[in-house]
Parts: sequence; C-alpha cells; structure tokens
Amino acid sequence: MKLNSPLQVYKYLPQINCAECGDATCMAFAAHLIDRSKKLEDCPPLLKDEFKKKYLELESLLAPEVREIIVGRGEHAKKIGGDDVLYRHQLTFFNPTTFAYDVWDTMAEQELVDRINNIANFRKFYVGKFLKVDMVAVRCVSGDALKFASAVKKVSETTELPLVLCSFDPAVLRAALEVVKDKNPLIYAATEKNWGEVAELALNYKVPVVLSSSDLDKLRSLALTFQEMGIKELILDPGTYPQGKQLKETFERCIKLRRAGIKEGQKDIALPIMALPLSAWLVYNDAVTASYWETVLASVFIVRYADIMILHGLEPYAMLPQVHLRDTIYTDPRTPVKVAPGVNEIGSPTKDSPVIITTNFALTYYTVESDLSSNKINCYIAAVDTDGIGVEAAVAGGQLTAAKIKDTFQKAGFDFKEKTDHSTLILPGLAARLQGDVEDVTGLRVMIGPPDSGRIPGWMEKNWPPKPK
Amino acid sequence: MTKKIKLSELGSLLGGLDIEALEGVKIEGDVELDLGHMLNPQMAYALGHEAAQIAHHLINISRILGYPVDQMFSGTAAKPIRPSRLIESKFSVGRMEEWKTPIQEVTLGATSSDGGSRSSTVTLGGEHALPYYFDNPMPHRNYITMDVFDMPINMAKAVKSNYEDVINSPSEWAKKVVRDFGADMVTVHLISTDPNIKDTSPAEAAKTVEEVLQAVDVPIVIGGSGNPEKDPVVLEKAAEVAEGERCLLASASLNLDYARIAEAAKKYNHVVLSWTQLEINAQKELNRKLMKQCGVARENILMDPTTAALGYGLDYAYTNMERIRLAGLTGDAELNFPMSSGTTNAWGAREAWMVASPLKEDSDWGPREYRGPIWEIITGLTLSLAGNDLFMMMHPTAVQVLKEITQTLYGSKEAEPTNIDNWITAVI
Ligand code: B12
Ligand code: SF4
Repeated sequence: MKLNSPLQVYKYLPQINCAECGDATCMAFAAHLIDRSKKLEDCPPLLKDEFKKKYLELESLLAPEVREIIVGRGEHAKKIGGDDVLYRHQLTFFNPTTFAYDVWDTMAEQELVDRINNIANFRKFYVGKFLKVDMVAVRCVSGDALKFASAVKKVSETTELPLVLCSFDPAVLRAALEVVKDKNPLIYAATEKNWGEVAELALNYKVPVVLSSSDLDKLRSLALTFQEMGIKELILDPGTYPQGKQLKETFERCIKLRRAGIKEGQKDIALPIMALPLSAWLVYNDAVTASYWETVLASVFIVRYADIMILHGLEPYAMLPQVHLRDTIYTDPRTPVKVAPGVNEIGSPTKDSPVIITTNFALTYYTVESDLSSNKINCYIAAVDTDGIGVEAAVAGGQLTAAKIKDTFQKAGFDFKEKTDHSTLILPGLAARLQGDVEDVTGLRVMIGPPDSGRIPGWMEKNWPPKPK
Repeated sequence: MTKKIKLSELGSLLGGLDIEALEGVKIEGDVELDLGHMLNPQMAYALGHEAAQIAHHLINISRILGYPVDQMFSGTAAKPIRPSRLIESKFSVGRMEEWKTPIQEVTLGATSSDGGSRSSTVTLGGEHALPYYFDNPMPHRNYITMDVFDMPINMAKAVKSNYEDVINSPSEWAKKVVRDFGADMVTVHLISTDPNIKDTSPAEAAKTVEEVLQAVDVPIVIGGSGNPEKDPVVLEKAAEVAEGERCLLASASLNLDYARIAEAAKKYNHVVLSWTQLEINAQKELNRKLMKQCGVARENILMDPTTAALGYGLDYAYTNMERIRLAGLTGDAELNFPMSSGTTNAWGAREAWMVASPLKEDSDWGPREYRGPIWEIITGLTLSLAGNDLFMMMHPTAVQVLKEITQTLYGSKEAEPTNIDNWITAVI
C-alpha cells in the first residue's frame, strides 16, 4: 500500500471522531487501516457522497502492493495474493498460499471421486481450527476436449472446491469453461504460444488466468499484454523446475518478481505467483521420495513467495507438514494467540470429574482441550492467564505460578468443595515443579499429569479417580 | 425520467469534464446509465487510449452511484480486439543495496598445520545476502552436525532404529554418523553429567570427548547437559582435553556462568555457541557480553537463537532468525554471526512421533516412520531460508534430504535438465 503512517491516512478520513467504526478516534481507525485489521467500509461517514472522492483515493492508496484476485465462488472462494511486505515481521502475510491438488481426465470415475473426496475431506486440528486444503486442479492428460470437459463436470458435481483447469490447448480449456463457467475457475495457462486464444477465453468467460513462462522478460510481456487488453485477474507462473541449477533459478525468479512488485513498486508485475511442486513427480517415481521432495519444494515456495501452488501427493506425511508450514508462515505475528482465561467445562463434568490446569496460550489450550473432548473426557479445564505463554516457557518465565492458579479459580467463582468431591487438581507434567507450591497455596491435592496432554487418556486409566488419602 | 447516454455522446459529454470535481454533483430521479458496452474494457481498448480513460472514469462514477459495476462487465462481450503480438518488454530488478555488512566467518575444527588433528575444517558465515539470494552468492554451504550421546537416551522409534548397535559407545556412534550418514561434523552431548541423571564427573566426560576426537577426524561440537551449574565446569574440562581443535562449545547462555565458558574457549582455542531463547535483544546482549566483557574474538562466536519445531513455535524461531540475519546484513555488529539450529527439536512435535492422532476428527496421519524425518527436514529447511548455517540433526534420511535441498539452492548440485513443459499431460 502506498500509505504507511496513520497520519497520512487520517488526512483522508472525515476527522469527526464519531466512533461509528468502533474506534474512539479517526486516528485510531487510521492505524487499523494501515495494519489491515479494518476496512474502509467500517467508517459509515466516509461512504457518504461528500466523501466519495476521498474514499476512492484512499481505496487505491490502500490497495495491497501485490494484486489480490479471487478464484471460485461462494464460501469456498479463495483470495490469492494481496501481500504488502517481503518479510512477515514487517506486518504479516495475507491470504495463505492456496493449495490445489491435482486430478486428471484419464482417471476412472470412481477413482476420481475418491481422490476428490480425499482432497476435500483432509483436515488437521490445530489451535482451535482445522487446517484444510483448498482447490482441485484438473489436468487434461488425454488431449481430448470432450473427455476433459466431462471430467471437469464430474469434479464440479463432486466438490464445491474451486477449480484450476489445466491445459495449454485453448480448445480444451474452452470445452471445460462451457461446463463450469459460472464457478469462476482459474485457467492454466497462457504462454508465449497460445496467449491470444487464451486471452480471448479469459475475456469471454471472465475468469482469472495464469501466465506461464520461465523467462521473466516473456512473462512480463504476457502480463503487459493481458493488462493492456483489460484482463486484470492474473497469476504468474515463472516455471517450477524440480532439481539442480534449474531449481535454484526458479527460486531466484520468485524472489525477483516479488521484490520488483513490493520493493520497487513495479505495478504491472506485482501479481500473485504460482509454484508447481508437483514437478517433483517428473523426476522421482518412488512415491515416498517424490512426496518428500514435493514437500521440500512446497516448503521453499511457501516461505519465498508462492501465493498458490499445485501439488500431487496425498500422503498424510506430506500434507501434514505442508499445511503446518503454511500456517507457520502466515500466522499473524502481531496478534498474541491467547484464549480468555477462566474455568471451562468439557462435556458434562460431575463431582468426580478431574480438574485440569493449563495455560491460556491458544496452541496449548486448544491442544489440551481437543485431546480431552475428542476422547470424551468430562472435566473442568482451567486456562490460567499466562499472557498467552505455553506451559514450559510460562513456568520458566514465572507466568504460571501457584498464586495465578489460585486466582483463576477464585475469579471464576469455582469452589472445589461444591463442584468436586475430590478437591484435587492436575498439573501438566511440564509444570511438575510447581506441585509443592500449589499444594501450599490452594490447600488442594495436586497430581502431576503426563508431559503431553495426548497421553492424558492413558494416564487417567491408571491414575483416576485418585486413591483416597 | 430516464436519460440514456449514447456512445456517440460520450466524448463531448465528458470531454471538458474534470472528473476529479464530481464531488458536488447531485443526481436526482431515475438516472439510467446505459453504459454496458462503453464500460467494457475490450471496447475501450478498441476505441483507443482516450476512450479507455473515459471508460475508467465512468466506472468510478458508476461506483459512486452505487452501480454494481462488476456485473456490468458480464454483458455480452464484443469480440475482443487483441494486439497481434506480445508487447515487447524486459524485466529487471535491483539488488539490495542496504545489505552492506557481511556475516562474520567462523571456522570450526583445526588441521595439524593449525595446531589440531582434524583432517578438514568447516567454515560458516561470510554471507552478504539472505541465503541463496542472487544478490551475492553464499561463500560457504550449510553444514550438518549429527548428534551423539554419552549414554542411551529416549528417542523416537524411527530415530532409534538407526543407532541401536552403537547406543552404548559414543565413539562408535560418532564413526557411524560420519561413515554411513554423511555427517559433516559430530556433536557429542554430555548429558550424563547432569546431577539429576548420572552426575558423571567433568574428568570422565572429558574422556568421552577424547574418544570421539580419536574416532573421527571431522570437527566436533561439545554439548553439556543443559544444567546451568554443571555445564561451565564440564565444558571447561572438555575444552582442556580438546585443546587446539577449535571445537564448538555448546553453550554459553545468560542463565549460567558464560564467562567461564568464554574463558575456556579463549585459553584452549575453541568457538563459543551463544545461545538465547527466541529473543533478539537477549541475543544482542549475550553476544555483546561475550565480546566486550569476556574478550571473545568475533571469529570465535556462533549463535543459537533457538529452534522450535514445525507447529510448535517455528513461526517464532523463523522470524527471530530472519530478523537477526537482516539486522546483521544491514550493519548490526552484535548480530552478524553465523547461526546454528538444534533441528533435532523437531522430534518433540507429536506429529513426528505419535503413532496416530489423538483426535478422532483428524484425517489419518499415516505411518509415523515417514512423519518424523520429514518434520525434521521441514523444520531445518525453513530455518535455512531464514539464514541458519549449521544444523544439529539426528535422522539419516532427514540429513540426506536437507543436504540435497540446501546444496541445490546454494548452487552446488548439478542435475539433468528437466523438461517441465509437459507436466500437465504427465502420467504420474
Ligand atoms: C515457542 C517457545 C517460546 C515462545 C513462547 C510462545 C508462547 N506463546 O508460549 C517465546 C519466544 C515467547 C519463549 C520465551 C521463553 N522461553 Co521458550 N520455548 C518455546 C518452545 C520453542 C516451544 C514451546 C511450545 O510452544 N510448545 C508447545 C505447547 C503446546 O506446549 P505446552 O504449552 O507445554 O503444552 C503441552 C504440554 O505441556 C501438555 N499440557 C499442557 N497443559 C496440560 C495440562 C495437563 C493436565 C497435562 C497432563 C498436560 C498438559 O500438553 C501440551 C501439548 O503437548 C520451547 C522449546 C520446545 N521446543 O519445546 C521453549 C522453552 C519452553 N522456553 C524456555 C525458556 C527458558 C524460555 C524463556 C524463559 C527464555 C528467556 N530467557 O527469555 C522465555 C520465557 C518467556 C516468558 N515466559 O515470558 C525453555 C524452558 C526450560 C525449562 N524447562 O525451564 C524451553 C523448553 C526451551 C529450552 N529448551 O530451554 N519461548
Ligand atoms: S467512523 Fe469514520 S469518522 Fe467516525 S470515528 Fe471512525 S473513522 Fe472517524
């Protein structure tokens, strides 16, 4: 974005401090526009006629450096691109890299349906949400437009996920577009050879399109030409080579493109980037090796600037690190990841249910909470206010103490005598050294659980209910 | 009352209009702007630049009027008139001028000509840019040092199966990682010295170090047990028996007697690992103390800013390292040292070692034998992109794969060129 201080933004705001946006002052609102936690539409006065000009100016001044484009429609539609910085600590990265996994038109129908369901149903719980994958890329292997169109039809009947239609043959793409033209699919790809016809498709069907060339001069030519024709929904594929010098050059192209777009403000090339880790499968036949290498390629390009990628392997040991690394890189470093402190119920606890102590670091809390609820353990769980720090670091840093634990129950009005008939609480294994302190301060019996909350169910079998003293 | 604006009227209508001044324009009654065709960018293209500008302004007007502009585009499009050839262009991008300060070069190990007994040495650092960037090639590749323990320890099954035959002998263990697994260096962890474990004496621990030095001829890292009271004494004694070998002493930290470790490094010619826990300012402080207060030379300092596993704080570890490296490159002389990562920490993530997900809602996690090594690889790879130079690792496959990718990005891996033009039709 072209503005980088709240003061600059403030000049364009109504400056009446009416607080309708939820902030006390226009200046505070300006700061939220800068960090992109609020939108212009959150300021009702700005939407009035008298401010229309300012509104429009701000809109373009606040637009992200890298163009944001949308693929698909409805709740599964994905925003791609939209970044403003080269390093996550400078703000945060927006719109996590979109993962599209491939299917192809020579698959038997049942095989196709199963594979799509595998893609669409993949989920991994993490910090209170499920990590999932986003799109299906349909490859035309047959070269037959009709066959491709019918595969695309089957895919679109099977899943709501947005589609990437892959072929270098405009006739093939056209046949598929006829089938899914209402779904705003992404088409792959326009090249130096087919660009004219693909541009026509993009215009006629109003769909986003990938431009592909591993020569950055040509890629820029394509980008300029398409934009001149009024096609704005563009993604750049600088070619992903799987090995050797070619891979090193691929890495360099991504960095060059992003630097040109963000640091040098080269608007015409400030577009989302596509990577194709799938190319690992062109050089490795063995599924484990190919999955490993594909994940390695995916990781390199999650970190360095791919906004969307096409992958092949559906092995869980490949998909797990892929979705986790994406989450790692795109987690907003500005927001402390904590949950509200307090005492919560899991399931329907009774007087003989355990009382579990943990911290209010979101990763810790949700991990523990899901381990308990998924295993149907009825209990109370106390999230102690450790300023969003996990167990071990909070014990080391003094945020998890006996006094804090006592305080948590007091504030929640939780009376052990009334709620339990065991007057016992369970500390995390990694907080074992607090045991004596907690006993002294609370007068309760204190048990030490296992180091990892995933082991609580097994531990409970042996240790719960506590033996009478 | 409706008024339609025709294409032909547009020029004259908007010709003298300063669109920027539209602010005060009031529009009353039912105004219908029949602009469908005009708004079409292809048409605009056909009419040339001026009309394109008009179309652009009109879009804005319609937006102001609350027209669903984007829907207007979806009218039946006129046949696009497209340029007959691609617009010629050259892509160019500048170098990072602000990366002016190089990272300190640090050499580990010493050969006989330098007073040691290693057959080779490892030099880290010297970068003028972020890793693998085209601005300036990295002078040295990444290196891997593999973990050896002075007593059997708990390990994930996938790791343990590689070391069962050597688990009771640090020297055999060291030989194995160098001979079979391609370790560039060996780290001997003297964990049995911990008073809560075996309380092995510093003298006895030092013997283990001597054995390892005899068993292998690569540079070594000497690690304590992590006990802040015992480590300085243990490392001091180990440093003494390894005099002149330029070992890496792991680690000096703010919560122990770092001065004693620094002193041992100076006296017996070793390198100090300056370890802090995910805190850039603490890292500056410790480095400063090592240099100013303890007099450790710049070429004898390496940093470990702490490694958190993928899914367990890697976001902190990654950004901490990236910030440290960028600060170093842009002139912070308290942070421009090479970095080391305890990549083995990846095995602490439950995804790396648990048999299956404890959550029934999760998709199947697949066999853990495959999950563990890849967790170690991706944790290390991510940090290599942030600027980490040296990796402390455990699983042989993880070591091979991390070497392959870091050396590819470094530029030393050749491969048959791949034709990717037919990836769409590939049968895989
Ligand atoms: C990320 C991290 C940080 C982040 C913390 C981010 C955050 N919001 O918590 C930051 C950078 C801020 C940090 C700072 C520090 N850290 Co730190 N940090 C880590 C790291 C890398 C990962 C911790 C983590 O997130 N684990 C994941 C969460 C989910 O684990 P958890 O909270 O423990 O929860 C699990 C278990 O405890 C258990 N569990 C939880 N609740 C319950 C309840 C019951 C009943 C049961 C049975 C089980 C259970 O199950 C959970 C899931 O497995 C670890 C090293 C490592 N690799 O483990 C060091 C580590 C925890 N940090 C450490 C230290 C020393 C510090 C600092 C003091 C360093 C310093 N000198 O500045 C500071 C303290 C900061 C503070 N308290 O204010 C040490 C602690 C050493 C010790 N044992 O005393 C560690 C172990 C590193 C090390 N090897 O030295 N740290
Ligand atoms: S709603 Fe708009 S005018 Fe009112 S305080 Fe917020 S920013 Fe200012």
